[in-house]
Order: sequence, then C-alpha cells, then structure tokens
Amino acid sequence: MAIGNGFKLRERVSEAADSFRRSPLWESMFRPGSPFKRGYSDSPRNRSYVIMNNVLYHLHPVKVKRHAVRLSYTLCLGGLSFFLFILLTITGIFLMFYYRPTAPAAYIDVEALSTSVAFGSLVRNLHRWGAHLMVLTVFLHMSRVFYHGAYKPPREFNWVVGVVLLLLTLLLSFTGYLLPWDQLALWAVTVGTNMAGFTPLFGNQVKFALLGGIEVTGNTLLRFYVLHVLFLPFVIVIFMAVHFWRVRKDGGISGPL
Amino acid sequence: MAEIPEHLLKRSAEAQARALGVPVEQVLAEIRGEAAPEPPARTPPSPAASEARPSAPSGIPEHLLRRTAEAKAEVVGSSVEQVLAEIREDLAPSPPPAAAESAPVADAPSPPVAAAAVASPQDSPSMAASSPAASSPDPSDNGAATAVTPRPVAPPEDIPEGVRPQRLLTVVKAKAIQQVKATPTDKVNTWPHLMIAEFTALMVVTAVLIVLSVILQAPLLELANFNQTPNPSKAPWYFLGLQELLSYYDPQVAGVIIPSITGLVGFMAIPYVDRNPSTKPSDRKFAIMLFTLFLTGSATLTLLGTLFRGPGFNFTYPWADGIWFDDLKDWVHFE
Repeated sequence: MAIGNGFKLRERVSEAADSFRRSPLWESMFRPGSPFKRGYSDSPRNRSYVIMNNVLYHLHPVKVKRHAVRLSYTLCLGGLSFFLFILLTITGIFLMFYYRPTAPAAYIDVEALSTSVAFGSLVRNLHRWGAHLMVLTVFLHMSRVFYHGAYKPPREFNWVVGVVLLLLTLLLSFTGYLLPWDQLALWAVTVGTNMAGFTPLFGNQVKFALLGGIEVTGNTLLRFYVLHVLFLPFVIVIFMAVHFWRVRKDGGISGPL
Repeated sequence: MAEIPEHLLKRSAEAQARALGVPVEQVLAEIRGEAAPEPPARTPPSPAASEARPSAPSGIPEHLLRRTAEAKAEVVGSSVEQVLAEIREDLAPSPPPAAAESAPVADAPSPPVAAAAVASPQDSPSMAASSPAASSPDPSDNGAATAVTPRPVAPPEDIPEGVRPQRLLTVVKAKAIQQVKATPTDKVNTWPHLMIAEFTALMVVTAVLIVLSVILQAPLLELANFNQTPNPSKAPWYFLGLQELLSYYDPQVAGVIIPSITGLVGFMAIPYVDRNPSTKPSDRKFAIMLFTLFLTGSATLTLLGTLFRGPGFNFTYPWADGIWFDDLKDWVHFE
C-alpha cells in the first residue's frame, strides 16, 4: 500500500483537485475567460475576458493607455484611496462587534478591545492609521489631478464629485474621531464643532444639529456613530460610484502631459 | 460562390422550416439543390411590384430614404435632392448582384442592403414573394445564410405566430454616414499590466499599514471629562490649519468663510473658472502657482498648528518644549 508515501499522496491530492476543477460546480462558478477555469490560455481574447467577465475587475476598461500603467504617473492615489476605504469598511465592521455607542460604555469597550480581544488592538490601529492615510491619499490624489490638469473638459463635473468625496472623507474621519470617547476625542470634537458654530446667520442651529444638543453629550456620540457607520458610508459609496463611472465615460484616466 | 459551411446551412434550413411549417429535410434539400455550383437563377423583380411603388423600387419607405439622404447630405455637404437622386439610382437595379449579396456582411464596400429583410405584412404578397431578401423571415438568420436561399416564400399570412417578420428601418450605405476616425493609441491590456501594478501598490500599502499598526499604538487618553479641559485643546490634524487660522482672524472669517467659500465652493469652481484648455505646465503657470501656494500654505499652517502650538495655543518650539499633539501620544512620550 502506498498510504504514507508522500509522493503518492501529493499525486492523489492533485488528482482530486483536478477532478474538482472538472466538476460542474467549479465550471459554473467562473465566467468564460477566467484564469481559474480549466484550460485557460494566455491570449488577447482571454485577457479581455478576464476584465469583462469579473464583477470587480470590470470597473476597468479592457485596455488602458500604456502610460497609465506607469506607476509614476498617477502613483495609484485614487485606487489606493478606494482600497483604504474598503480596508476601513472591513476593519470597521470588526470594531462594530465590540463597541456600544453610549457614553458609559464606549470608552470601556475601546479599552477592552485593545486589551482583551484577539487582534483587537491591531485592527483598531489599522482603522485609525488607515483613516489618517486615507485623508492624505485623497488630498494628494486631488493635487495630482490638479497638476495634470485632469479636471479640464470633459472632466469638470468629475472634479466636483471628487471635491464632495474629499469633504465626505473629512466628515467620516471627524465623526470617527469622537467614538473612543476619551479626552482627545471629546475636546477635538468640541473645537471642531465650535468652528462650525461660527457659521453666519444660523451657526447655533448648525452646531445644535451636529451635536444633538448645545454641547458634546451622549446624544452626540450616538449621532456621530450613526453618521460614521451608516449615513456617510452610504453617501460616499454613491458618490464613488458616480466618480468611477465618470472616469470611464469621460475618456478613461487622463493623458500624459 | 463561397462554400457555405454545413452547420450554417442546417441552421438556416431549420429556421425556414419552422417559419414555413414544412419538414427540415425538404427545405434543406431545396437549399442544397439551389446552392449548387452555379449562381442561382434569381427571379427578377416582378414589374407589378415596381409599378405599384415607383418611388421605392427596393421596398424602402419614402420617408426613410429621405432621412438617410438628409443625414448623408449633411455629412457630404451637398443638397438633399441630389443625394436622394443618387440613392435612388443606387437602389434602382432591384435585385442586388448575387456575388455582392452572397459575400458576408463584413465585406465593407458591398452595400449592406441585404442585411435587413423585408417581410412586413403590409407589403403586397407579390412584392414579398419576388424580393429575394424576403426569403428568410427568421430574424436569427445571418447574412451568409440569407444569401443562398433565394426561394420564394409563402404569403405572409402563412407565417405562424411567434415568428416576427423583420421590418426594414433604414438603409445605410457603407461609409455614407458614419465617419470612422481611427486614431491609433498606444494601449496595453489591463490584465495583466495594470492589474499587476495596482495589486503591487495595494500589497505595499497593506504591508506598511500593518507594520505601522504593530509599532504605533492608536491613542486612548483618559475617559472623556467635561470638567477638565486639556491645554491646549486641538482639533484633528486635518483641521489644525484652520485652527491656526482662527488664532489670526475673526472666527467667522477663519472658521467658516475661508473653509466653506474658498475651500469648498472655490475648489468645485476650479474647472469652470480655469477655461484654459491646455494641460501643459508651461501653459498654466498661473494656475500651478496658485495651487502650489495653497498647498504650501495649508501644509505650513497645519504643521504650525501641530508642532508649534503649546499650552493656550501659544507658540512653542518643539525641540525646546516638546510636541503637543495627542494623536501620537501613546506612541512617543515627548516630555
């Protein structure tokens, strides 16, 4: 018997894997041209199919200008902002499992997260530094677009959408800032909302609506929490969809200087 | 004449048989018989048909011809009447030559008239019977299959339910309206070229973030306490430039008007204000200068607010009094 013989075992495993890849289940999982499909070969046609037939990749056109793949042109800043948003969503969902947005519980939960939850500290750090980095990449992306003149017709409106995305990113970051409910969070948000209170004519109303009261309280915490985990992500996703769609429709990524 | 592949013949025969309600074998045999080496003898257009509709011997409605002519006239730049006359002339020899018709539609110079078949019930039976293009009422037939079946069909009322006769919308002569300007661009496949670049960037950023998160602990100060205002109280770092401005100007100016008017509205308006179409840096020195000014200005203000402001939001030197920036407090103990 060959049981225990490493070579035979490997053969069997590869045989089993092979028969699984021949199964109707596997065949049906991938659209034509997927590299995961049996008998994939590298051909121009299949290279197109890989992009066209994948729900995620088909954000991209099948072909891009050669200069677009040069990293030094865009530095991938827009793509990285999007990626950081996804990373923040994933880590954020993890954090939501351990966090209660009430004044008595919030601080304790964050403290417990850092000390008694597996990978809790790492995930919280990822979420925090990732958020700071996202503010930075979105801002740098805007600067890059400006210096390339990539906001010129027909891309004017996409620039406007981009500015809205920057604002939403800042708001997401700012609302998240309060959630740990420590001295840093409380007073940073107090300073920030005080600035909003200086709005001419209806400054007090703006401040009241933001805080859910006349000063930062538990109401503010709940308000910022809902804005942070539900409302703002919802809005930003819609704007991102429009942004990406317009990138494609307005002629793909901008040309070289 | 081109050799028709067996499976196309079969498909065509099946479609016809379904439409006419006769056995497939019979249709196939007929097609085979007629598709023999010699070009099939075509029925000339019945004189009755062309007399009945003198304005459109090809069976194309007058208004469609006119629309085509108008579009073409606009492109070519001649008068509509002239183009209309030309089109009529082109269409005059009603049955297109067998060779031209049997060629696949992709053969650009040949008029793609054959692609659209006419079998609308409104047409007179004699008209439908005489027109060679009308012989395949099934829309799924392709050009090549259509071309070799110049067999008179039964009157339209024989067409069973569920089979939609095709209706001619318009006739577009190749290169008449569409202006194809193929400008060659240097393109590469997204897969793998762009995807690899993106994947690499993504991995590098993930790695950097993970390393960062292992080394740097996110701050968590004491529990929020309304009775104890820290000194200084600082906003998040991306608002510190604004907070810095607040110490120079009136709060309404620095806190609201500058960020919302110049910041938001001004930024959104950039593409509508800057109407200079060039993207060359040498052509847009002023725009670049302004933006660089904004960048350096906001960076300076943010750094000032972050590093050079101490208790009471007064100026300090970070090397003398330490840094008052709690975002990094748990990472480095400055004092």
